[in-house]
Amino acid sequence: MKLLPCPINGPRPVSEFAYGGEYREVPDPATQSDAQWADYVFNRTSLPGVKKEWWYHIPSGTWFIAERDVQADRIERAYLHSEE
Amino acid sequence: MFRHPERLRSAYDVAIIGGGGHGLAAAYYLARDHGIRDIAVLEKGYIGGGNTGRNTTIIRSNYLTPEGVAFYDQSVRLWQDLSQDFDLNLFYSTRGHFTLAHTDSALRTMRWRAEVNKHLGVDSELVEPRAIATACPHMDLSCGGHAPVMGALFHKPGAIARHDAVAWGYGRGADQRGVEIHQKTEVIGIETKGGRVTGLRTDKGNIATRKILCAVAGSTPRMLAMVGMRSPITIHPLQAMVTEPMKPWLDPIIVSGSLHVYVSQTARGELVMGASLDPYELHSTRSTLDFAEGLASHMLDLFPFLSTAKVNRQWAGMADMTPDFSPIMGKTPVEGFYLDAGWGTWGFKATPVCGKTMSHTVAKDQNHTLIGAFTLDRFANYQLTGEKGAASVGH
Repeated sequence: MKLLPCPINGPRPVSEFAYGGEYREVPDPATQSDAQWADYVFNRTSLPGVKKEWWYHIPSGTWFIAERDVQADRIERAYLHSEE
Repeated sequence: MFRHPERLRSAYDVAIIGGGGHGLAAAYYLARDHGIRDIAVLEKGYIGGGNTGRNTTIIRSNYLTPEGVAFYDQSVRLWQDLSQDFDLNLFYSTRGHFTLAHTDSALRTMRWRAEVNKHLGVDSELVEPRAIATACPHMDLSCGGHAPVMGALFHKPGAIARHDAVAWGYGRGADQRGVEIHQKTEVIGIETKGGRVTGLRTDKGNIATRKILCAVAGSTPRMLAMVGMRSPITIHPLQAMVTEPMKPWLDPIIVSGSLHVYVSQTARGELVMGASLDPYELHSTRSTLDFAEGLASHMLDLFPFLSTAKVNRQWAGMADMTPDFSPIMGKTPVEGFYLDAGWGTWGFKATPVCGKTMSHTVAKDQNHTLIGAFTLDRFANYQLTGEKGAASVGH
């Protein structure tokens, strides 16, 4: 992957982006057991396949979601969080 | 070097997934020290074709936590006798290891590491730039003026070894003691019953076993999914490259965290170099030009005269990273399923001690005392073993 499609700025070199990790829903801390909370804090899926991830376009300060095949290193879709 | 068994038998006392250095070392010590010889090592590719043959072969014990130092120091001791043990030349070469400091804060961490190391009996000290100049007169200590070297952590026992020979030595030793090594045999499923391992499925047939050791580096999450477990491991490629051979000029191992470089010169005269992890998750061993350019430019900061040297090869391995830069070892919630994983960018040096401690853990069904700080449940207990400050470069 050499180019990443920023939803605001179009395709830009991957060097302009920072990786923000897997997209995860934050569970409600009040209803979680200690084990469930530790699972949220530490554990990750880490399997090959298409994954929703946070990415950040540094020059324009844009956080967005990319759906990326983490084995083929190919972006399937990229969109703003609000456009989900 | 070893037999190639025709087919899998229907049952083994122990199955080891992964025929890299760690898996073969565990097989070797299980057979040699614990008398367990009915073992199948299952390797989906070929022996030592994964991260064992893809690392930059640096061996050291100058870590940051007392648990880490004790563990890696035991490994260095085992390394020193290994060639005799195997009757095979591992080209084990003690070179001395300099970790350069270019900033006040780096110097402070070096001092901390030196004091922890000395306290635990590991030969490690903070040295001034002139000691570096004496050991490595070819280095531009000013780094072109923009990142002058202020000092270094010097670790005298730092060494390199021929990584392929390590896999072959352990493999041959295990094979001679009756262990079966099955290459091109991929595990496709793990059978459990009542929270206990009962066997596994491979593309060459099924086997029954009550003990499975998983030592598969970048494929660990896939194996864990087969037993319904999750872990904090994330997979990032770690790239490396090597120059054409040249006359011997670089005796010590040189590491710079700030410049993201580690380099040594092999017995063949090549410079073996590595840098940081790739910046995002990827289950692939592809190489990039970005990496080669970045590493080359930092190498030239230290050694400007290498501007005409040619890069011969570039490659990558899949590193199984953990949040605290310590491994995940020992028993798991699934009875009979043992893990030797989370070896990220720091696994080669630990090969002998991993074999020793995991063979003990598998044979006795009890975690070896040296790996107590590395168990999977440390995350749920919020008791991490932070070794990020001892990683060779900032990842």
